[in-house]
Amino acid sequence: MSKADAAAAILWVGATFYALFGGADFGGGFWDLVAGGPERGQRPRDAIQRSLTPVWEANHVWLIFVLVILWTAFPPAFKAVMTTLYVPIALAALGIVLRGAGFAFRKSIVGLRGRRAMGATFAISSLLTPFFMGTVIGAIAAGNVPADGNGDPFSSWLQPLPLLIGAMFVATGAYLAAVFLVGDSRRTGDEEIERYFERRALGAAVVAGTFAVTGLFALHAEARYVFDRLVDQGLPLVVLSLLCGAALLPVLLRGGRRLLRPLAAGAVVAVIWGWGVAQFPYLLPESLRIDQAAAPDATMTMIFIVFAAAAVVVLPSLALLYTLAQKDLLESDH
Amino acid sequence: MPLFDVLPLAAESSNLLAARNQMAFTLGFHIVLACVGVALPATILVANYLGLKRGDAEAMELARRWSKVMAVTFAVGAVTGTVLSFEFGLLWPEFMDRFGAAFGIAFAIEGIFFFVEAIFLAVYIYGWKRLGGWAHFWSGVPMVITGIGGATAVVSANAWMNQPQGFTLGPDGRVVDVEPLKVLLNPATGYEVPHMILAAYVVVGFLVASIYAVGMLRGRRDRLHRLGLLIPLTIGCLAIPVQLFVGDIAAREVAKDQPAKFAAMECIQETGTNQTEYVGGICTEDGVKGAIGIPGLNSFLVGWSTDTKVTGLNDVPDDEEPPAHTLLHLSFDAMVGIGTALFALALWLAFSWWRRRDFPQTPWFLRAVAVSGVASIVALWCGWIVTEVGRQPWIVYQYMRTSEAVTEADGIWFTFGLVLALYAALGTGLVLVLRAMSRRWREKGAEDVQSPYAPHTEEAR
Repeated sequence: MSKADAAAAILWVGATFYALFGGADFGGGFWDLVAGGPERGQRPRDAIQRSLTPVWEANHVWLIFVLVILWTAFPPAFKAVMTTLYVPIALAALGIVLRGAGFAFRKSIVGLRGRRAMGATFAISSLLTPFFMGTVIGAIAAGNVPADGNGDPFSSWLQPLPLLIGAMFVATGAYLAAVFLVGDSRRTGDEEIERYFERRALGAAVVAGTFAVTGLFALHAEARYVFDRLVDQGLPLVVLSLLCGAALLPVLLRGGRRLLRPLAAGAVVAVIWGWGVAQFPYLLPESLRIDQAAAPDATMTMIFIVFAAAAVVVLPSLALLYTLAQKDLLESDH
Repeated sequence: MPLFDVLPLAAESSNLLAARNQMAFTLGFHIVLACVGVALPATILVANYLGLKRGDAEAMELARRWSKVMAVTFAVGAVTGTVLSFEFGLLWPEFMDRFGAAFGIAFAIEGIFFFVEAIFLAVYIYGWKRLGGWAHFWSGVPMVITGIGGATAVVSANAWMNQPQGFTLGPDGRVVDVEPLKVLLNPATGYEVPHMILAAYVVVGFLVASIYAVGMLRGRRDRLHRLGLLIPLTIGCLAIPVQLFVGDIAAREVAKDQPAKFAAMECIQETGTNQTEYVGGICTEDGVKGAIGIPGLNSFLVGWSTDTKVTGLNDVPDDEEPPAHTLLHLSFDAMVGIGTALFALALWLAFSWWRRRDFPQTPWFLRAVAVSGVASIVALWCGWIVTEVGRQPWIVYQYMRTSEAVTEADGIWFTFGLVLALYAALGTGLVLVLRAMSRRWREKGAEDVQSPYAPHTEEAR
């Protein structure tokens, strides 16, 4: 494994964490959006806010991590993506601003009207942001980003596959969030909310699964390079994802707690790494290889040092944060 | 698109101006929140410490309130910072392509600091009730360290743009070899980093104090307000003399490192010794109009002797001259002027404390503190104008022009307009939310509401 490959793996690790934790936070916003009027939606919204508040900012930092590693370790790829897919990327950035501000403001104001406006801002942007991020990933997988950038700003992502991946991102986030919230409510013993999110987790699983299967057809049509390797080298990971998804159902229905999150996460992680394996050795399929885009060795060494520091400092800190949150030692209503 | 095709030159320069405006505006917005993220944790912890050590309920209440404020400002700071990360690629893709391998290293390090800060910020902000006492206090300490560490990393990246080193360029203009330590510890890091970290403490110190000064001027003279003024004001007043000292060194180093920037900010037209120091005025090619000139002082300040030779703009090639000389000059003067005035305020406080063990209770002192917050933000912006506009036309000093770095994408004026509207709403929302919080504390002095849309919240008001 070359230094560049290792740096690409680090990029994928960051993307995996962001997809899992950031994705679940977006999903929380999705369920907030569809929770109904103030009275009906109060309890699920409470549950969502409780679980999101102490962790969403830390989860968001994985996005920064991915961006920074991308532009430092693979500068030409960063340029190529940014100069081609600037429309969905700018829209995703807009969504990030609205979502963070909406969430923070909603928590800090009292009037119902203001809270609803802020809450709607938070919830709608929680849907749009992962959608546009998904279109970016779909456009990359489809090979629509030329190596030296400045590809078509619209036809690069306004295609069935990118749009489908966008929808899949939204559904996957909703699925993760619902499963995590089932876990939270089983911990606190809130059966009503547990049932509520159980139903939604199942619904989201069906929808996300449907998108995934449709996505395979679109992949076959639009991203042949990735498709061919996904069903070849990537096949074990695809199977693993399916197994995790299938194994989750009985756990979800029979009230299990321990395996809930690992299985839900496993299904998503396997897909992300399956995609990585299918793209290898390309960063931008069939236009830019990992080694072509790689920064000089000394830069890669710095990335490894930073990653080691992250493993030693950030991961234990994150574990502390999640543990405190899970033990209800952090109050969202500070 | 077709219109721009006909006018490729106009499109290019227009894009450049739009991109520079958007970058300047979003950075100017974010830098204030970044200061809050760097320096507010320490301010909160001082109050928290006093609360714990002396059993001071009001100090404790201040720490609690400020941490709630920080929850909001940090969220907005996190998303406006993310926008900047995107803008590096959206606005300056050629720069990132060629120099990302060197420039990015500092950001990778900053990422770790920011991560840890975000984590412990959450632990601290939401740990008030259940963590308790000293364990809670210590959970806040990493925020102070990571705030300073993160600022060091980011500002060293900016310093590198001013004094790039530690890389080799290949035939295609891309970085092919990097010496990371040389990149991080470039000549400008030594003065830019402390200058910015101190600026954060100055801004936060005077800004928080100014809010309580306004309250006291409105007749709220309880102990909470007095303490809320005194704690941050002391921090600001301790930082400002050090800041003047560091800023003085920075100016001298800029004279050496970036003579064109220095000439523009001091309005020096002709190279020579015995240069006049101009205060205020408008810069023209025929010299300065309407300024107060002190003969020889500029040379003296640069080299401790009026014989010091200082480069003038006449010796800078036309295509390497920074734009907007008057803006640069006045920004520099405003920064120095505000810094000096804040130092005078610090002396006033120190004198009063020495004589009476209290801060001056006169309305004029409170008025001075009340304007010091906004003034310190203005000084912060002026400093960034000097360093960023003064580096132009370069994005990487003497290696890459900003015009080479800018995106070819259309519609930057459009996104700039959108960003203006969005940030206006964001800024307004932030101020409204913070004011509503403050009003609520004042009226009820109690806990606030909890559920996102609970119907009873209306009654709870």
